[in-house]
Amino acid sequence: MSAPTGAPTHAATSGRIEARFAALAAEGRAAFIPFIMAADPTVAATRDILKGLPAAGADIIELGVIFSDPMADGPAIQAAGLRAKAGGATLRQTLEIVREFRTGDDTTPIILMGYYNPFYIYGVEAFLADAKEAGVDGLIIVDLPPEEDSELCLPALDAGMHFVRLATPTTDDQRLPAVLEHTSGFIYYVSIAGITGTASATQDAIQAAVTRLKSHTDLPVAVGFGIRTPEQAAAVAQVADAAVVGSAIVQLIADNLDENGQPTAGLVDTVLDFARALADGVHGARRRAAE
Amino acid sequence: MTIERPNSYRSGPDGKGHFGIFGGRYVAETLMPLILEVEKAYEAAKADPAYQAELDDYLKHYVGRPSPLYHASRLTEHCGGAKIYFKRDELNHTGAHKINNCMGQILLARRMGKKRIIAETGAGQHGVATATVCALFGLECVVYMGATDIERQAPNVFRMKLLGAEVRPVTSGTATLKDAMNDALRDWVANVDSTYYLIGTVAGPHPYPAMVRDFQRVIGVEVREQMMAAEGRLPDTLVACIGGGSNAIGLFHDFLDEPDIDIIGVEAAGHGLESGEHAASLTGGRPGVLHGNRTYLLQDGDGQIQDAHSISAGLDYPGIGPEHSWLHESGRVNYVSVTDSEALEAFQLCSRLEGIIPALEPAHALSHVAKIAPDLPADHLLVMNMCGRGDKDVFTVAAALGEEL
Repeated sequence: MSAPTGAPTHAATSGRIEARFAALAAEGRAAFIPFIMAADPTVAATRDILKGLPAAGADIIELGVIFSDPMADGPAIQAAGLRAKAGGATLRQTLEIVREFRTGDDTTPIILMGYYNPFYIYGVEAFLADAKEAGVDGLIIVDLPPEEDSELCLPALDAGMHFVRLATPTTDDQRLPAVLEHTSGFIYYVSIAGITGTASATQDAIQAAVTRLKSHTDLPVAVGFGIRTPEQAAAVAQVADAAVVGSAIVQLIADNLDENGQPTAGLVDTVLDFARALADGVHGARRRAAE
Repeated sequence: MTIERPNSYRSGPDGKGHFGIFGGRYVAETLMPLILEVEKAYEAAKADPAYQAELDDYLKHYVGRPSPLYHASRLTEHCGGAKIYFKRDELNHTGAHKINNCMGQILLARRMGKKRIIAETGAGQHGVATATVCALFGLECVVYMGATDIERQAPNVFRMKLLGAEVRPVTSGTATLKDAMNDALRDWVANVDSTYYLIGTVAGPHPYPAMVRDFQRVIGVEVREQMMAAEGRLPDTLVACIGGGSNAIGLFHDFLDEPDIDIIGVEAAGHGLESGEHAASLTGGRPGVLHGNRTYLLQDGDGQIQDAHSISAGLDYPGIGPEHSWLHESGRVNYVSVTDSEALEAFQLCSRLEGIIPALEPAHALSHVAKIAPDLPADHLLVMNMCGRGDKDVFTVAAALGEEL
């Protein structure tokens, strides 16, 4: 089953992730991947932010699926989940948000990121069919390591849905091939042993990790966890194929709510301005490094 | 769902930690290597006679095992039916069965060279037992406890502090046991090199459900021997309460392949199953994935975990150990439920009839015993696991009964 360039999928994928990384490689730049939680704090806010992100420089978008018990997330993303949950967010509604996004954008890849239980309860087969139809390109499921591949990873690959695996500082060389075996689209390197939105890795550690991953796979390597500023994003973009920013964006949403938890008038623009600054950092990184 | 009758109910889990479809290792990649390390270390320890000898020595001289098997004659007379025995695990050091597991795991953590121990606790019994073994071996101890539980279990919080542990209040989510477990997992992810996570029940990712069961099996193994000595034969019925299910699996496991023994697990029905405010995962939940394993969970139609409710903080968890889910679906164990008010009644009954103030957790089991015993013949041998003493619960019970202390 294993292939050096990622796991084979059986049905055709949407092709959006492959096309995006091919275009980026041709341009010689890295990808900026923002993360927001679906329906945080409202469906309308998510819809507006999503709509503006590609023009702000997002190359791929990670959309969080709420779960009541997000074991790998720090306070910022936990709070985002609680806000979304208070508004009645569900996985089904998240698919609806993607479906609406796709009416205006057929090229920006969307990856759903979450924990397994909501997908399991939805029903794996039904979910994959609905997600494909809605225009989802890939999945990142935090609590499905290779040991549980038969649950969702293999069915997703069969259905033409990318399954992006997380590699971490604790994934040693002996374990890495198993982690990479059924990964598709790209590999997401979690740069710290820890939860989201807390510590940041050093540039040297990130560089060493990316080099190590690249010696095992031809897939693009994205780096996330602990990237909070345009400067940090730019530094990561010098060594990796993509930089993921989540908690810092989500925190900005939290900072722009009124006393009732509703979005203030400037919320969407503030988030998109920050995304633009992060994207500029990522996109100019190698050019600036070369100058 | 029907499951083919297995040759043995004691052969699980399989190599990947599955009991039928339940169990498994649903954790973030960061933790996977640690979990594999724990499994490897535990397998090595199990095969090492020196480890077992050390554990047996501490169980005998520090914990106080074996715990007695006691014929509750006044309760038997009161019920007017089956001959009722209590397995007295409330007489263990620290007052509950929890220490059986903590002793096994702390010796394992020492073998692994870990210097820092983390644990989650609900009522505080597992936190106290963990703080106790950490004090015994001079290890750093951090206990995660929901802010809500800290308020209602103040004596146990102080006990942990006296024992040198740091109690970290958990305010995330609903600030109860499940959130304490989330925060313990978050701590572990961030402190992978130094830290051992000492899980308190038969839940979590493999190997924890099997390992914790192995450490609690001593309860049933002792009952077998003690009952043979007392009555010359095996018991007819076993009853134990279930939150995560560690005391119950401890009593049941050695008897699972004795087809003539009725085995009954008692879940907490809180304000009643129909109220929606309960902790009966098997009766009121359905299979899902949380905290590293697939098991029955209280959850909504979107797979969001719901809050459990029970007057007993130790049963107040929206899940149950995966082996119980499997024993439920295979039909080997019969799972029933008992409400807060029924447990309160049994709590008082036992205190007055037997001079034993039970914890609210086994008071649930006791309530079911009082329901079934009258209809059973006098030569029917019934064993209930008295898995904890009730000192910790007197404030809760007083409040429920409207008494000012």
